[in-house]
Amino acid sequence: MGSHEVAGEHQVAHHFKSALDEFEACKQAMWIFLVTEVLFFSGLFVAYTVLRVFEPEMVKAAHHFLDWRLGALNTVFLITSSLTMAFAVSASQRGDNKRVVRQLIYTLILACGFCVVKIYEYSHKFHDKLLPGAHFGNTELTANKAGLFFSVYFVMTGIHALHVVIGMGVILWVILRARKNEFSPNYFTPVEITGLYWHFVDLVWIYLFPLLYLVG
Amino acid sequence: MTLFFALVASAFAATVPVQGTDIAGAWDVLYWFLIYVSAFFVFGILAAMIYFAVRYRRQEGKRPKFIEGNTAVEIVWTVIPTILVMIMFVWGWVVYKKMIHAPLNALEIRVIGKQWLWQFVYPDGKQSINDLYVPLNRPVKLIMSSEDVLHGFFIPNFRVKHDVVPGMYTDVWFEAKIPGIHQIFCTEYCGASHSGMLARLLVLKDDQWKEFLGGKKIDIAALSSDPTFPGFRANMLGEGMPAVSQGDASAPVSLVSQGKTVAQSKGCIACHSADGSKMTGPTWKGLAGSTRKFADGSEGKADDAYLRESIENSAAKIVAGYPAGQMPVYKGLFTEVELAQVIEYIKSLK
Amino acid sequence: MGHGVALAHGDNYINHSKGLKSWLNTLDHKRIGIMYLIAILSFFLVGGIFAMLIRLNLFSPGSTLVSPSKYNQLFTYHGAIMVFMVIIPMIPAAIGNMVLPMMLGAKDVAFPRWNLASFYVYLSGAAIACASLFLNGVDTGWTFYTPYSIRTSTSAVWVLLGAFVMGFSSILTGLNFVVSIHKLRAPGMGWGKMPLFLWALYGTSVIQILATPVLAITLLLAALERIVGIGIFDPALGGDPVLFQHFFWFYSHPAVYIMILPAMGVISEVVPVFSRKPIFGYTAIAMATFGIALVSFVVWGHHMFVSGQSEFANFLFSLITMFVAIPTGVKVFSWLGTMYKGSLHFHAPMLYAIGFIFVFTIGGMTGMFLATLATDVHLTDTYFVVAHFHYVMVGGSLLGFLAGLHYWFPKFSGKMYAETPAMIAAILINVGFNVTFFPQFILGVLGMPRRYADYLPQFTTLNRVSTVGSWIIAAGFLLVLFYLIHALLRGKKASDNPWKALTLEWQSPSPPPHENFLVEPVVTDGPYDYRGAKAGPI
Repeated sequence: MGSHEVAGEHQVAHHFKSALDEFEACKQAMWIFLVTEVLFFSGLFVAYTVLRVFEPEMVKAAHHFLDWRLGALNTVFLITSSLTMAFAVSASQRGDNKRVVRQLIYTLILACGFCVVKIYEYSHKFHDKLLPGAHFGNTELTANKAGLFFSVYFVMTGIHALHVVIGMGVILWVILRARKNEFSPNYFTPVEITGLYWHFVDLVWIYLFPLLYLVG
Repeated sequence: MTLFFALVASAFAATVPVQGTDIAGAWDVLYWFLIYVSAFFVFGILAAMIYFAVRYRRQEGKRPKFIEGNTAVEIVWTVIPTILVMIMFVWGWVVYKKMIHAPLNALEIRVIGKQWLWQFVYPDGKQSINDLYVPLNRPVKLIMSSEDVLHGFFIPNFRVKHDVVPGMYTDVWFEAKIPGIHQIFCTEYCGASHSGMLARLLVLKDDQWKEFLGGKKIDIAALSSDPTFPGFRANMLGEGMPAVSQGDASAPVSLVSQGKTVAQSKGCIACHSADGSKMTGPTWKGLAGSTRKFADGSEGKADDAYLRESIENSAAKIVAGYPAGQMPVYKGLFTEVELAQVIEYIKSLK
Repeated sequence: MGHGVALAHGDNYINHSKGLKSWLNTLDHKRIGIMYLIAILSFFLVGGIFAMLIRLNLFSPGSTLVSPSKYNQLFTYHGAIMVFMVIIPMIPAAIGNMVLPMMLGAKDVAFPRWNLASFYVYLSGAAIACASLFLNGVDTGWTFYTPYSIRTSTSAVWVLLGAFVMGFSSILTGLNFVVSIHKLRAPGMGWGKMPLFLWALYGTSVIQILATPVLAITLLLAALERIVGIGIFDPALGGDPVLFQHFFWFYSHPAVYIMILPAMGVISEVVPVFSRKPIFGYTAIAMATFGIALVSFVVWGHHMFVSGQSEFANFLFSLITMFVAIPTGVKVFSWLGTMYKGSLHFHAPMLYAIGFIFVFTIGGMTGMFLATLATDVHLTDTYFVVAHFHYVMVGGSLLGFLAGLHYWFPKFSGKMYAETPAMIAAILINVGFNVTFFPQFILGVLGMPRRYADYLPQFTTLNRVSTVGSWIIAAGFLLVLFYLIHALLRGKKASDNPWKALTLEWQSPSPPPHENFLVEPVVTDGPYDYRGAKAGPI
């Protein structure tokens, strides 16, 4: 945030008293942002709960049309990527920029794996006309209002996937900065808060997976 | 001050619609209580500010007093409002309970809102548009639904109002005490002609009600000018109101028998018996009002909402002992009126 | 800029750098606040013109000025513009941005770049929403109730997405303020020595952070209803239209407190300064702010007493709503307590503050009619509700904003406005406001429903009074605009502390330098410590 940034050397913004103050402010802001994210998703979880409570049979019937093995594979991808992210953060705290780059690249690859599986799943759903609300046209799934299940499915996983893609962009930006040796034990804020965000994205999926793929 | 209060009060007395029901009377008492409490605080605070403005205005040589607070005073002005709002809450709840629970012997009339008219369906199968005929001194329950978007059903003289929601039954009830015409408004914004979605409530005395049931056309012009209608305040009559259709006040067949015909034409009776015998689906005899046991172990009362849901989407609640997936989805295949007819038919099979 | 370099008394944030670009790219919270103020006042003008047209159309029954469909668009735009583009950001984003860091004794907000970003996010959202004006318009009402908002042939998606985008601006501002308050307080400013305006902004920010995301997802889902037909709120596809109302009000009720808490904060600053006396019950007011903020999250159902919500839910929501009255009452009584035995100075900010206390009390008391279950059944969705929320939003938030604008105007412009026209305007606006909206209470009790393009003839007189009142308000606002612009161009130079106030922003020159203070401030006394010489007349 400083007005004169030199590669490899971070300047504390003029209105903060110390680097520690700045770091704490950024970290607090990230936590608050994650609170807003929780509330953003909570709306979707409420919609899901309403559907599940009022249409338990339909949700049960519809969830069989999601492949739990693909969901589980994606869970593995994301949990592993959280682990590599944690390694990257701890490396940045030691100022080991090379290791930061390496671990973040692993994270990116795992995230790509997640996206590929998601695209594969989506294209299947489109092919089988397992689509939201008005566009639902699958003939095998006869349960009434099944379109609503796929509305919830697409909106929840779609918004989550959007978070994954945004996260990948941020990780890429952190990689570029790490390659310029910008992080040191005195300044690793971007890695730390990107890590917080990424763990949150992972956590959302850990709720989505059983709720959507493993009903009842 | 007292005179001022009296003036405000009398000005306000003319600002409340006539009391068309006993509940409107109970409502008015609560309303005036709230007005007096509010007036006390509003004028009290105004008076205090005016007094302070004069008494403590900036004056040469007078110093303000350094006061940061006073615990006793703060407790008082926390506790007193707490007591007052609790009185308001309890009183409001007591009157509200009376407003929403219709007596069991209430005459049931079905109301269907659509852009932009009100349709009324009577137990004997009559229908009318934008004119609701009800008997005097008899509880009437309106069971309401919408064909399209949200509407709101509001009779100011009776202090009753409820949203009319598509895909759902809501109700209001009243026991009219003043014969004549009362205004009905739509209160939930519903599009271009929302402000034109008006209807008239025609409260008929015994002999007129009998004439109405007998299929005779009611002379509305005579009704509104009849001098025997006490308490009818002209300002609630829609003079210059957009024209309303007279409505079809004569129908030969009761709602129940219309429902029987619909049940036959839609094929319901292929699987549901009317005499208690067991067929593919549960019998309709004794169904309405009973407690149903469902396949997932839960229980529920067979009210209008349940009957509607089971017709439109039977899979939502499967009765224990019957296989799922037997009955097709009927949603969209019944009009609101047909739903009302079949439900009334089912309810008649005691 | 170096740290703590004493600048000449004359270099200020306005002449610090020159050119339009230096404003559009600025990271200075004061300049961002000014840009917000200009944008908000422009939208206020647009929303105000729509309001005047609405009142003009209702001068007589019948379709007089515009067709019913056009009328429906007018009240929708009036509501959406005034709520999302004016009242929500009015005090926090415009005045708050200018004042908050200075009151804290800080050089800027915690994240100046995000602060600028939030302004542009706000502008983009507003642009998206206004784009609908050039398409088919929108006629859903600012509440976007389903299924009408799904069915209407107008361009509802644009306004939904515009409000969605503006929500992010609101979140960013809230986030920035919370972190600033936590991390950037001047040395010596403990929580108990924080001015009440900051407490109010803190409470507001917490609501913005917690409630706005829920609005975001709600509006997104409603937009998806229209774009792809997901059906969650659409009864035709098996969805639940009442669920939308729950989602919408979960945000929009707390949003009412986003609008009113900062205004209360302004009043809590103005009343002690112009009474030359400490605020009465500092702790009680700060706690009441948080009491209101917390309760605001569990009362949304009181908008839905006749919507088809269960009896038990109505019971609970009515009960909980009653508790909003208590902290609100504490605040009003505490302001009175502050005036008691003071030395009252009736400058323009104080006139607006007194107007606020009176009008807001009416707004609050009529809220009790709507919280009480039985009375609400008759009054909801009538003009009673319209009058009630205008007493709270216009009478409350807008008068609070005007009090704040007049209070801090000399600080940030360096100029002083003329007192006489300011007093006349304050009286015009207060009188005009009551003439416009008080008759609407009576209309509501008589049964006139809201959102009516046309009405029955017996409502004519009261509607006419209301329309005439709207002209008085408009005259008042035009007068304010006139003398404030005159003050900017030809006003007398304002001193550094014209009101002899004790909060930190007045320790800086008027207008303040680029980095806010010539000497880094240190707090020793409380913000309302009017003792001895400090309590002397203005």
